[in-house]
Amino acid sequence: MPEARVIPLRPEDDESPGPPSSADWDEQLAGALEFLRGRLTGDYDTDEFGFDADLTDHVLLPALRPLFSRWFRVETQGLDNVPDTGGALVVANHSGTIPVDALMATVALHDEHPASRRLRLLGADLVFQLPVLGSMARKMGTTLACNEDAERLLGAGELVGVFPEGFKGVGKPFSERYTLQRFGRGGFVTAALRTGSPIVPCAIVGAEEIYPMIGNAKTVARLLGLPYFPITPTFPLLGLLGAVPLPSKWFIAFGEPIETASYGPAAADDPMVVFNLTDQVRETIQHSLYRLLLERRSVFS
Amino acid sequence: MPPAVVLVTGVSRWLGGALAAELAADPTIERVIGVDTVPPGPEVLRRLGRTEFVRADIRNPLIAKVIDSAAVDTVVHMNISATPGGAGGRVPMKELNVIGSMQLLAACQRATSVRRFVLKSTSAVYGASPRDPAVFTESMQARRMPSGGLGKDSLDIEGYVRSFARRRPDVDVAVLRFAHFIGPRIDSLLTSFFRLPVVPTELGRDARLQLLHEDDALAVLARATTGNFTGTVNVGAPGTVLMSQAIRRLGRIAAPVPGPAVGSLSRLTRRTGLVDWSPEQMHLLHSGRVLDTRVLREEFGYSPRYTTSAALADYGRTLAPVVAAELIGSVTGGAQSVVARFAGGMAAGRSLLHRRDPAPVVPGLRAVRDL
Repeated sequence: MPEARVIPLRPEDDESPGPPSSADWDEQLAGALEFLRGRLTGDYDTDEFGFDADLTDHVLLPALRPLFSRWFRVETQGLDNVPDTGGALVVANHSGTIPVDALMATVALHDEHPASRRLRLLGADLVFQLPVLGSMARKMGTTLACNEDAERLLGAGELVGVFPEGFKGVGKPFSERYTLQRFGRGGFVTAALRTGSPIVPCAIVGAEEIYPMIGNAKTVARLLGLPYFPITPTFPLLGLLGAVPLPSKWFIAFGEPIETASYGPAAADDPMVVFNLTDQVRETIQHSLYRLLLERRSVFS
Repeated sequence: MPPAVVLVTGVSRWLGGALAAELAADPTIERVIGVDTVPPGPEVLRRLGRTEFVRADIRNPLIAKVIDSAAVDTVVHMNISATPGGAGGRVPMKELNVIGSMQLLAACQRATSVRRFVLKSTSAVYGASPRDPAVFTESMQARRMPSGGLGKDSLDIEGYVRSFARRRPDVDVAVLRFAHFIGPRIDSLLTSFFRLPVVPTELGRDARLQLLHEDDALAVLARATTGNFTGTVNVGAPGTVLMSQAIRRLGRIAAPVPGPAVGSLSRLTRRTGLVDWSPEQMHLLHSGRVLDTRVLREEFGYSPRYTTSAALADYGRTLAPVVAAELIGSVTGGAQSVVARFAGGMAAGRSLLHRRDPAPVVPGLRAVRDL
């Protein structure tokens, strides 16, 4: 939502004649210097998961914003289905060869949700084994996808984002786009049941087309210790240029929350309840994917 | 019921000596007996007060005689060496830690007077790997068992203590798993690490650190000795800092080392006597670990007075920074005033030009057409 501002109807009446941009840039630069001072002296807070709100707000989110609004032109729907306060589990489909969808969902909930909610993602352990990427992910608020961490975050009233398809979802071939893969062992449902948090199904359309994966170099993947090694029409053919994502048009739709509190925490140990809820979430996401695909006019507009 | 005769092992080190001094200052405690292999230094000795010092090796059966003859009712076991350097190498370290603990427990098992056993353990039992949950509760186990060093020793010792508790159910056993100690007086792993002007870190990793101020460590140990808590408790200050953040706050310079080279670097620093690291403690740089302290606050009944940040700041007072925060502040502040002056000049220049120019059209202002 843009901020309300006073627009002078007759500019000659305006008291301050200087163009507004001059005040802007020096304030921005002063702000950047202040930020730099805070960073260099360690004067900022991080939480027990390693989340660095200062870095996320001043560096990481601004870096992702152009990708969000200009490149993918992300449109969000049903943001009112995400509660303003308290713990909730956002469950989304995973796609795109590189998990850009997780980052875009984070930007969407922070910038467009009225309560500016922070999405605390759960990441695969491979992410945290890699240097640089692992520590960056932690600073952005991501933590390991395990029940202990998920329950701790939900219990603290955080909004937790999870992609139950995992690598099966991100690394699936282009021909299988928009078909949901198996939803793990339903660990995310037990975490929601134990903490009584609602599950918000989330469908992301557009991420499938950013790196259409037409092949998988399994030998290279095995050599590098990765779950897959993508071959797209442009990568690795064009080298680094091939790493530029295609500018597909994105939709992120949040569905109606599925409440879990009425089952009680004991239901987490009842496999039938867990399977049923998992299926319900999976079907809801699949249906909203189909609906969004019908609404979309073309991949790039 | 307060303890009458307390035996503290590892009394020649700062924390053991401080605990013995604290207990000796308590008039309700009849006798405090301190045991260590080396006599305490003059500074510790001065504070020990009426503590009786027994120079004995807990690896030696002599310890049983001490316990028997003094009718010790509370044993505080703190003689666990964290680093090989202090004990004279990894083999003596393991012997002192594991065999020493076994001997002490064997002596306690025979002594009918013993009613309470307090173990100073460490959070190293949880290991540290990227596959671990972010926060450990007491019931969690290491996903990847510590393969050597302090972590493995402590796991072994905790195992012996558990079986001791099974064989002597009348003895109350408290196991305290401490986070990293820090403070102006204590000599711990991190205090010697941060004293280096250039601090080695692992490239691309930023460990989360949870610390514990020495005063809080002392208070928890004293409370565990005189109180009646039984079971295992994590002891750490609220809050965490990242390794990079701690280095910056202390005004040190970080020297990122590629992961594979960390092992050889730790060997080098140990050999040159800069920092007494064990390779498994270098893993700390990798992912760090954080403890859940709910049991400490609610069941044990102690809330640390220092947060992790406050403890770090208190330690920082004793350390001359390499890069002073004031310097950074004055540099950025100077740059800010230059920017402000430059912007002021630009604005003045613009306003001079502006007088002749027609008023700029405000962008984004358009008449709305009725449909």
